[in-house]
Amino acid sequence: MSTAEMCLFNVKDGFLEGVVRGYKLGLLTAADYNNLSQCENLEDIKLYLTGTDYAQYVSNEAGPLHTTTLVECCTRKLVDDWEYLRQNASEPLGTFLDYCTFGHMIDNIVLIVTGTLHERDVQELLDKCNPLGVFDAIATLAVAQNMRDLYRLVLVDTPLAPYFSEHLTSEDLDEMNIEVLRNTLYKAYLDDFAGLCGRLGGATHQVMGDLLAFEADRRALNITLNSIGTELTRDDRRRLYANFGLLYPNGQNELALAEDFDQIRAAMEKCPPYQAIFSKLGAGESVMLDKVLYEEEAKRAMQTFEQQFHYGVFYSYMRLRCVVC
Amino acid sequence: MVFIWFVDVTYLFFLFQNISPYFWSSLGIALCVGLSVVGAAWGIFITGSSLMGAAQRVPRITSKNLISIIFCEAVAIYGVIVAIILQTKVEAVKPRDDGSYSLAAANAGYAILGAGSVTGWANLACGLSVGIVGSSAALSDAANATLFVKILVVEIFASALGLFGVIIGIIMAGNANFVGA
Repeated sequence: MSTAEMCLFNVKDGFLEGVVRGYKLGLLTAADYNNLSQCENLEDIKLYLTGTDYAQYVSNEAGPLHTTTLVECCTRKLVDDWEYLRQNASEPLGTFLDYCTFGHMIDNIVLIVTGTLHERDVQELLDKCNPLGVFDAIATLAVAQNMRDLYRLVLVDTPLAPYFSEHLTSEDLDEMNIEVLRNTLYKAYLDDFAGLCGRLGGATHQVMGDLLAFEADRRALNITLNSIGTELTRDDRRRLYANFGLLYPNGQNELALAEDFDQIRAAMEKCPPYQAIFSKLGAGESVMLDKVLYEEEAKRAMQTFEQQFHYGVFYSYMRLRCVVC
Repeated sequence: MVFIWFVDVTYLFFLFQNISPYFWSSLGIALCVGLSVVGAAWGIFITGSSLMGAAQRVPRITSKNLISIIFCEAVAIYGVIVAIILQTKVEAVKPRDDGSYSLAAANAGYAILGAGSVTGWANLACGLSVGIVGSSAALSDAANATLFVKILVVEIFASALGLFGVIIGIIMAGNANFVGA
């Protein structure tokens, strides 16, 4: 980190960095979870939560508590926090915060499109959307009959528009499997985000580079695991991997050829950080993998708070909140 | 005539000799106050913005962390004190018939320039240093109240830098005497 960065960061972003670190202090700790696990029923949980940062959200809920309302409270807290940060952010922090939410936007789009294909009610789908990723015209997604209309009517006005035009023609959009679409969009998003962090430079670039590389590699791993035995060709699979990360390009080449969990494991273990992760799993266990990756992500997110004067703390806070919710 | 590139060094030296010592002393005093105030201001905003942000959730940190702001402010006060001391050294002296000044006057001019510069640059660095450490102190205090006193020790060392500048500045200007022999 350069002197200039340390001296000039606080001009625009010092206040919000302090605010987001305050939010992070409100995350539930291991002690909180211990106490929560000793609660007898939902009323006890509600009582306990009024002693934490969730107080004003939980106390508004009258009467019997459902588990879904608790999750809703947590999500609402994240959304309120994020709104505060976004409203008070100047550039380039504002752009950065927007980029953090594009992942949720992609998930929302896929959710609504899938729901529409299965003839679900539009309002129900909109309620299920992640509020961080809503944009103005999101309800009109349900109106589109096919992908081409989808793009032409709705998506071309959103910030996600550039992710569509790169490798997708309108014929592709029509025929494409929805999961493949999601992963294609996410790949373009990750590449774009990595480009933004590169342009921001300095400590942000360093910290976010590590976080995004882990995210890219994690998604590559999940794509490979989920596409074993499906009709996704190796070339298609290769095209879904992001253009950066520790596995780029050799590890990704090997992953594209892998056909079962052991081959995947062999490919991943060539990378020292991932070898450490995989050594926590026994031989042939793929069920625990999600949990181990989750923990690794949380650990890395907490580590970003050890450095000051960079934007990584905002991204990490959002990821940590999503884990809690 | 000695030339380096297209610059006539002899003439340059002649010009330099004939700059009035009062110019140098005024420049020194200006640098002293100016740079010290820049350092103090910079430190205050670095600490202040982090302090405001962290205090949103943990309001108890505000009273203790004002110490960081006070350390930064002290830097500006050092600059003012040294500037006043330097200014009392400046006395009106008549130049000789050919326009040059006596050795004592010329030395005094340079000495006050040096003293002012030293103090100014040292205080600039000190203000920045105290500001950045103060910002970290505020954020750490919000997370864990026991950390504040430890980080304060670091800040005290940082603020000593400004004092070094003041001391050297006063020593340098101590012998400055426009009307001396």
